[in-house]
Amino acid sequence: MNITKKSNKVRSDLLTYAGVMLAFIVLTLLKNNGVLNRSMTGLLVPICCYIVMAVSLNLTVGILGDLSLGHAGFMSVGAFTGIITAMSLADAIPSVALRLALAMVVGAFFAAIMGFLIGIPVLRLKGDYLAIVTLAFGEIIKELITCLIVGSDSNGLHIIFNVTGSKSANDLNLAEGGRIIIKGAQGATGTQTIATFTAGFILIMITLVIVQNLIRSRHGRAIMAVRDNRIAAESVGIPVTRYRMMAFVTSAALAGAAGALFGLNYSNLAAAKFDFNTSILVLVFVVLGGLGNIWGSILATVVLYVLPEALRSFANYRMLIYAIVLILVMLATNNPILKSAVANFRQRFQKNKEEVTEQ
Amino acid sequence: MKFLAYLVSGISLGSIYAIIALGYTMVYGIAKMLNFAHGDVIMIGGYISFLAATNLGLPTLVSVLLAMVVCTVLGIVIEALAYKPLRSAPSLAVLITAIGVSYLLQNAALLIWGANPKSYTPVVEGTLHLFDGQLSVSYVSLLTVACCIVIMVGLTLFTNRTKMGKAMRACSEDKGAAQLMGINVNRTISLTFAIGSALAAIAGALLCSFSPTLMPTTGAMPGIKAFTAAVFGGIGSIPGAFLGGILLGVIEALAKGYISTQLSNSIVFAVLIIILLVRPAGLLGKNTQEKV
Repeated sequence: MNITKKSNKVRSDLLTYAGVMLAFIVLTLLKNNGVLNRSMTGLLVPICCYIVMAVSLNLTVGILGDLSLGHAGFMSVGAFTGIITAMSLADAIPSVALRLALAMVVGAFFAAIMGFLIGIPVLRLKGDYLAIVTLAFGEIIKELITCLIVGSDSNGLHIIFNVTGSKSANDLNLAEGGRIIIKGAQGATGTQTIATFTAGFILIMITLVIVQNLIRSRHGRAIMAVRDNRIAAESVGIPVTRYRMMAFVTSAALAGAAGALFGLNYSNLAAAKFDFNTSILVLVFVVLGGLGNIWGSILATVVLYVLPEALRSFANYRMLIYAIVLILVMLATNNPILKSAVANFRQRFQKNKEEVTEQ
Repeated sequence: MKFLAYLVSGISLGSIYAIIALGYTMVYGIAKMLNFAHGDVIMIGGYISFLAATNLGLPTLVSVLLAMVVCTVLGIVIEALAYKPLRSAPSLAVLITAIGVSYLLQNAALLIWGANPKSYTPVVEGTLHLFDGQLSVSYVSLLTVACCIVIMVGLTLFTNRTKMGKAMRACSEDKGAAQLMGINVNRTISLTFAIGSALAAIAGALLCSFSPTLMPTTGAMPGIKAFTAAVFGGIGSIPGAFLGGILLGVIEALAKGYISTQLSNSIVFAVLIIILLVRPAGLLGKNTQEKV
């Protein structure tokens, strides 16, 4: 029984990889043969970023069981550190692919550091307080990045922290041939758009390998034990804080890598893009895909991201419908009558299956 | 004199936060949930009083009363449809539902009233000049502070002296025991939502008089800051919400004046984080031990 259960899980993991690979191959073929129109090809990279965001947020909300409302903050850190890396090394590293990879690694690294720093205070809290503090950190990150002015020249990076709002890009004192990378509230302007769909696909695969292997490992089981009952987990000797930090930092790092890819997909990007609404959008993907269900997050992201773009007239009602669906899903999944009915159905279904295999 | 001006604007902003925070703190104290949609009820209250005053030509006081009625009904309906079925659900599910309600209200307002900001006419106009015109205090500020004090005293009397208030305190202590004593828990929770939402309507009218732009997102930020104020003062405590609101308003006004306008929200949130780490129960809150 246990062995079949385990192999079922492995099989579902493998199916997820296969599904993503298949989707990538089909979409690449369609794109190269010109079947997809321009607006659809423009969606490919953002979809990849949001998939990584959703899967990484699922690690915090679904697997660890802590509601984070500031996930866009990590994306923002990754995006702007990634843009700075890619733009300032434009002359030093001519290879675009190498620069993109480096930008994503740097983005993930800084987001992980940010995740660790934020995690120290945040993970001492729980429930509603934790959620509101992650929201607060998301807003703080947004406002801090709005104050940044960054440029690079032959002498290296020039960074101004524009607290009073009186400084401008001219105060950077760039040498001849230097370029301005981030202009305060306007955000990053004139970024070389080097993000590619292939890079997005590779990032999704790396994310899936990291998250799925983490969930199936001893650490992952410990994290889920903390989610299900923290006191019980602590009493059997699981170092609760360490495992929560592990999940939180991993999630932040993946969001940072997704942010770097996202940032390098647009020539202009303001810090205001990564606000509370973006965090909620990703949360909607996670909740509708099913908390803790990785495959569900991917599917929900694709469907919910493509649908409103495909049905333009419906776009005005998009957020309204998201909100209603979010409430209904929560009411339905927490309805005791419905819950026991589903459990019954599943039990019967599994019994039938067992009988079949026994015969 | 500059300091005094910041202080005055901080106290009146803080009074608005305090009124909103009272709604949060009562609901949190009894239903043990963070009503994320509270800020958006404020926005609805602002719109209703705005429309009643400009489109129907009703006097200010009547339009605010109308907004209170609408918000009370809205609060009771939200509680009955979205929160009541989740009474025994994990807090994560309740919080996500509350975020959903908040989004629903914002987007419904966006579809009904459009994204263009409306300019709200203050409930009272005019300014009081003190010290040879060096310090000017608007009548709205004075009215806000007065409203806040009246509401706080009224609520304290209500919870301490009346039978319904006693029932509310009992429910916040222990719902099961309260039910055994014959208290209708569901009705008490509905009443709490009704009071909180009526206060939100008043806060909406005052907030829009204070900063006269009305948009579907108007309530979101003040709502979150007022929650910060409620946590600051100690959640569940009525004087705590008052104290937290005033202090937060003053901190925000001083931060805007002396440090940076751009970072004023960050400074307010940094206060929240520090409070939660140093004194998680807030200034006037009671510490509770986790039982196994």
